[in-house]
Amino acid sequence: MMTPFTTLCSTAVPLLRDNVDTDTIIPSREMKSTGRNGLADGLFAPWRYTDVAARVPDPDFPLNQPKAQTGQILLGGANFGCGSSREHAVWALAEYGIRCIIAESFAPIFRANCIRNGLLPITLDRSVVNSFGWQTLDVSLFAQTVTAAGIVHEFAIEDEPQLMLLEGLDAIALTLKSLPEISVWTTNDRARRPWVYTGSPA
Amino acid sequence: MQVREAPHLATWPMIISPKTLFEKIWDTHHVSQTAGGAHLIAIDRVFLHERTGAAALKSLAASGRPVCDPTRVFAVMDHIVDTRPGRGDGTLMEGGSAFITETRAAANAAGITLFDVNDRDQGITHVISPELGIVLPGVTLVAPDSHTCTQGALGAFAWGIGSSEAEHAMATGVLRLDRPKTMRVTFTGTLGFGVTPKDMALHLLATHGAGGGAGHVVEFAGSAVSGLDIEGRMTLCNMATEFSAMTAIIAPDEQTFSYLAGRRYAPAKFDDPYWALLKTDEGATFDREIVIDASTIAPMVSWGTSPEHSMAISATIPQGPDSAHAYIGLHPGTSLLGTSIDAAFIGSCTNARLSDLRRAADLLRGRHIAPSIRKALVVPGSSAVKRAAEAEGLDKVFIAAGFEWRASGCSLCFFAGGESFPEGSRTISSTNRNFEGRQGPGIRTHIASPETVAASAIAGVIADPREVV
Ligand code: SF4
Repeated sequence: MMTPFTTLCSTAVPLLRDNVDTDTIIPSREMKSTGRNGLADGLFAPWRYTDVAARVPDPDFPLNQPKAQTGQILLGGANFGCGSSREHAVWALAEYGIRCIIAESFAPIFRANCIRNGLLPITLDRSVVNSFGWQTLDVSLFAQTVTAAGIVHEFAIEDEPQLMLLEGLDAIALTLKSLPEISVWTTNDRARRPWVYTGSPA
Repeated sequence: MQVREAPHLATWPMIISPKTLFEKIWDTHHVSQTAGGAHLIAIDRVFLHERTGAAALKSLAASGRPVCDPTRVFAVMDHIVDTRPGRGDGTLMEGGSAFITETRAAANAAGITLFDVNDRDQGITHVISPELGIVLPGVTLVAPDSHTCTQGALGAFAWGIGSSEAEHAMATGVLRLDRPKTMRVTFTGTLGFGVTPKDMALHLLATHGAGGGAGHVVEFAGSAVSGLDIEGRMTLCNMATEFSAMTAIIAPDEQTFSYLAGRRYAPAKFDDPYWALLKTDEGATFDREIVIDASTIAPMVSWGTSPEHSMAISATIPQGPDSAHAYIGLHPGTSLLGTSIDAAFIGSCTNARLSDLRRAADLLRGRHIAPSIRKALVVPGSSAVKRAAEAEGLDKVFIAAGFEWRASGCSLCFFAGGESFPEGSRTISSTNRNFEGRQGPGIRTHIASPETVAASAIAGVIADPREVV
C-alpha cells in the first residue's frame, strides 16, 4: 500500500531545465544500497553540492534555497527523467519529500515509476510550468487541477494511474485479482506458442 | 471488470483491418482490459541485471510473492562487474560486490537462470539475450534497463521498465499498460561510405529531438534498415530510449530467422505460421510517420550533453542551452573536427558486438593512438564476442594500437563510482549517452560510431573516419 495522493498544497521549486536525466537525479555512485532506501542524500548530488564528497551545498541550487525547504512540488522542463530506467531516481525524490512533479513532458519509464511510487507526474504547457516558480500551488488529483494565485489549470491523466494514485493501490495486488483469466490465457498460449515455454535449453 | 477474449492466432488471417507489427504482437499478448482502462499484456521474458535486479527480486521475496514462472526469467552480471583481467566478485565501485552477491543469492533463491560473473555466456544484457536466442521475434520481453529497446531489432516487443514493474511482471506474468501510439521511421535509399547505424540514430535525434518519440513504439523500416545486418539493427534500436520512445521494433526477415535459428533458447527452425505474420500489413496506419533519406546522413558526433545535441561531423556547433556549452566547453559556431581528446572508449550495448570491433580494428590495424590519449579501452559486449574477437586476433590489433583489452561488461559506458577516465577528460565514446557526468564527474563525452572513435583516437582529435585511408 502506498500513501494515497489526493490533494497537495505546497511551494513549487523550479528546476526548469530540459532533459534532466536520472543519472543526475541519482548518480550511480550514490546508489550505495541494494534496496530502496538511503537515497535522499544523493539526490541531484552533482548539482546540489559544490563538493560532492564533502557534501558542501551549492547555495544557488533551487532545492538548497531556504524557500524550498517545505517544497514538495518540483517543476521541470521537457523530457524530465530521461535516461537510465533506475527507479532509484523516483525513490530518491520520494524519500527527499517530493510528492509531485510538474513538467512540460516526462520520459516514459520515469513517469511510470512515479505512478508506481505515489508521486504525481503532471504535464502542462511550458509557459504555465514556468509561471509556477516559487508559487504556492494547490494540486487536486481528483479534480485534475493545479491552482496558482487563483487561476485554475486543468491537467490530463489516464484513468488507471489516477485511480492507483488516489487510492494508493498496489498494482501487483490489483493484478493478482485477475489471476484466473491470466491462467486461462497462459494455458491456451502454451498450446499456441509452445516455443515460448521451452524454459531450459532445448 | 470487462474481460475481452484474447484473439486466437488462428483468427489472425481473418482480421480484415491491416495491422502494424506492433499491433499484432500487442493483440496476441492481450489478456484482458481492466475496469480502469489499462490492458493486461502477457510478458514472455524478464531479464534482470545486478544493478537493479537484486532490488526487484529482494522486494518480491520480502512481499512473500513467488516468481510465477522462473523458467522465463533470466539475470546477468553486467553493470558493475569488474572488466579487468582475473575478475571475481570484487568491484572498483565501493560496495559494488554486494550487488553481485545479493543478485546471485536472490536469483538462486528464486530459481531463475543466472549468467554469473565468469560464466561463458556472461555479457551485457542486450548483447547476450539475442546471442542466446532468449529474445525471439514476436515475444514480449521486459528488463529493468532502458536499453531493452535494443532487442526490438529481432522483431520482439521489448522495452525497459522500472524495478516495481519488473516485480509485477515476475509475480503476475503480465504488465498493466496503456496502449502506446505507433510511429514508423522509414530510412529510404542507402547509407553513404563510412556511415553507420549509430549515425542514423544520432541523425534522428538531432533532427527530431530527444523527446521526439515520446509515447510511441517506433518501427524502423525502409531499404536502409532492411539492408543492415542484425547487429547494425540492434545499434539503431538501442537509441530509441534516447528518443524517448517506449521502444523500437524491426520486422523480422530471413536474416533475423537465420541469425536466431538453433541458438540455445531459440527454436531450431522457424516454421510456425506465427513467424510469417510478423510484419506490418500493407495499408496499416501509424499515428506518426517520419521519412529520412539515408543517403543524406553523414558520420555524426555529439557536441553537448544530450544525444539530441548531435551534428554531422564536419558541421559547426549550433547554439544550444548555455548549460550544455558550459559543461562541454565548446562554443557555438566552432568546429568539432580537430577538437583535442584525452580518452577513447569502444564498448556498450550500442556498439560492442563483433562487427563493431572488426570495423574499429580495421582502422587501427598497423596504427597507434595519439600520444595525447591518456586512456583508451575496448570492452567487448559479451564473453562470446570477446572469444570470437580473440579467435580472429582483434585483441592483438587493439593492444598493438595502444588500447586496453577488457573482459565483457558495461564498464565505462557509465560511471558506477569506481573507475573513470582521467579527471577532466574529453572522451570520444561508442556509447549512447553523453549526459553530464555519465562517464565520470566532469568527464565530457562525445558519442559516435566505433569507426569515428578509432579514427579520433589515432588522430588525438575528433576526426572523420572517412579520411583514414
Ligand atoms: S552498456 Fe551502458 S547503456 Fe548498455 S546496459 Fe550497460 S550501462 Fe546501460
